[in-house]
Amino acid sequence: MAEIDKDQSELQRLSAGLDALESKSTQSDSFARKVFNFSGPLIALALFIGIWQIFFYLKLVKEYILPSPHQVYQALVNQYQEGILLTAAWNSLSRGVQGFFFSIIIAIPIGLALGLSKTVRVVLKPITTGLQQLPSVAWVPAAIIWFGLSNATIYAVILLGAVPSIANGLSSGIEQIPSQYLKVGRVLGTTRIQQIRHIVLPASFPGFLAGLEQGWAFAWRSLMAAELIAVSPALGVGLGQLLDVGRQLGDMSLVLGAILSIMFVGILVEKLAFAPIRERTLRIRGLRN
Amino acid sequence: MSISYALEVENLSKRFGEEPFVIEGLDFQVKKGEFICLLGASGCGKSTLLNILADLDSPSVGTVRVADRPTLMFQDASLMPWLTAGQNVELALRIKGIGKEQRRNRAQELLELVHLGSAFDKRPHELSGGMRQRVSIARALAQEKSILLMDEPFAALDAITRDFLHEELIGIWKRTGLTVVFVTHNVREAVRLGQRVILMSSKPGRFIKEWDINLTEPRRIDAPEVATLASEITDHLRNEIKRHG
Ligand SMILES: Nc1ncnc2c1ncn2[C@@H]1O[C@H](COP(=O)(O)OP(=O)(O)OP(=O)(O)O)[C@@H](O)[C@H]1O
Ligand SMILES: [Mg+2]
Repeated sequence: MAEIDKDQSELQRLSAGLDALESKSTQSDSFARKVFNFSGPLIALALFIGIWQIFFYLKLVKEYILPSPHQVYQALVNQYQEGILLTAAWNSLSRGVQGFFFSIIIAIPIGLALGLSKTVRVVLKPITTGLQQLPSVAWVPAAIIWFGLSNATIYAVILLGAVPSIANGLSSGIEQIPSQYLKVGRVLGTTRIQQIRHIVLPASFPGFLAGLEQGWAFAWRSLMAAELIAVSPALGVGLGQLLDVGRQLGDMSLVLGAILSIMFVGILVEKLAFAPIRERTLRIRGLRN
Repeated sequence: MSISYALEVENLSKRFGEEPFVIEGLDFQVKKGEFICLLGASGCGKSTLLNILADLDSPSVGTVRVADRPTLMFQDASLMPWLTAGQNVELALRIKGIGKEQRRNRAQELLELVHLGSAFDKRPHELSGGMRQRVSIARALAQEKSILLMDEPFAALDAITRDFLHEELIGIWKRTGLTVVFVTHNVREAVRLGQRVILMSSKPGRFIKEWDINLTEPRRIDAPEVATLASEITDHLRNEIKRHG
């Protein structure tokens, strides 16, 4: 017994030494890196505005074609003071987010079926891929005829834009799971449901996430296209409608202001919602660096 | 089935589609609590055999009888990268339907058994290859199967780490009374670990010769007795490989 104990403590010391020599720990970004990650894009933005300003001073084109940054800013401030800008941004964002969540709920079963069943894949994948390729603005006229100028039209267009991307993302996430993980699941004795719950879903998450990001981008674009075309008092004002107002008034400052606002909201959602989840996923799985 | 056997294989052959047989006419038994090593050149069908024993694949001809569904360890630890080391061990327990509280404690115990008590919250990519393989051993033990199949589990590790894991594995085997089928193409490793070493031929894979190893523990991989027997087996393996030249 004393012999075994001695062996054990010997082993323990050997293992402690080996572990200390070999393990590495993930380090998070240095402070300087974090500052740069944040300030880098701002520098690019400042540069862009600077060049725009110079272009404006050179008076190469007429002011109603290219207003100055300040005029655009002023147009946005006017809209803000009239209480329109935030209302429009909020309306669009909440429509977009709601439509996006509906899309996720619809897309998950489709994506699972596509990913898990070869038969379903053969039959349905060409359709979802075709829909994914189709710019969803093409659905706007059809949706208007079906649903009139209502919120249903807007949601229909968002769904048609986002669902195929999310479903295809999940499905290819599942198809790309290394077969080794599935094998381990079977060795551990999973039932079919356990296999999906504990192996397939978490293993396919990066693909699903990529699908979500693309789905959101498509949802947001589709929403803007729908708002731009389907203008009606019943729909209230969104950023797309604001853009259309600018066009009708021939107010280039407002048009550019609306475009920048649309971009800004898109970037905000990516930075605040998707980027943190993506970073966390990659870091946890050791896929970064 | 006779009680003392953990595994009984009768006239086992396997081919993929219309390809030639990968393994052919295997007949062997493994006693409960025995540690055997299967030795063979690359591509001789060792993994194919283990997959069949683990019920991941089915034989083309013949029968396999097992006392208990075996668990299988792979060359790469195959840990789930989205789980911590501890959660990977817990996964095996969770699939068995063990409750949360108990799961955590048991996983911690098993990690301590492989000297990784402080690595519970580490992610697989933060661990070295040897540590990952030890987590994989802990996960296999969590299943509480009586038969452990190992498919070249230490082939990708450096010599010192491998040496250490040999000791650790033998220690676990002695304490638990597991039946172990260990596949390798490293002759010394087979002699270092096994009570019995079986040499396989290639194309088709058949059992050509076996050796009972009567060396006592602790055995060292560089012990003269190990070296002598290993060189005898290596000669047979070389002859077998030359046959295909
Ligand atoms: N699913 C499969 N389909 C077709 N052929 C296969 C399949 N799996 C294995 N083989 C073939 O069977 C033969 C034996 O493969 P196996 O992986 O069992 O060898 P091995 O002894 O484990 O080799 P290694 O030492 O390289 O791991 C190989 O020629 C391989 O190409
Ligand atoms: Mg193999």
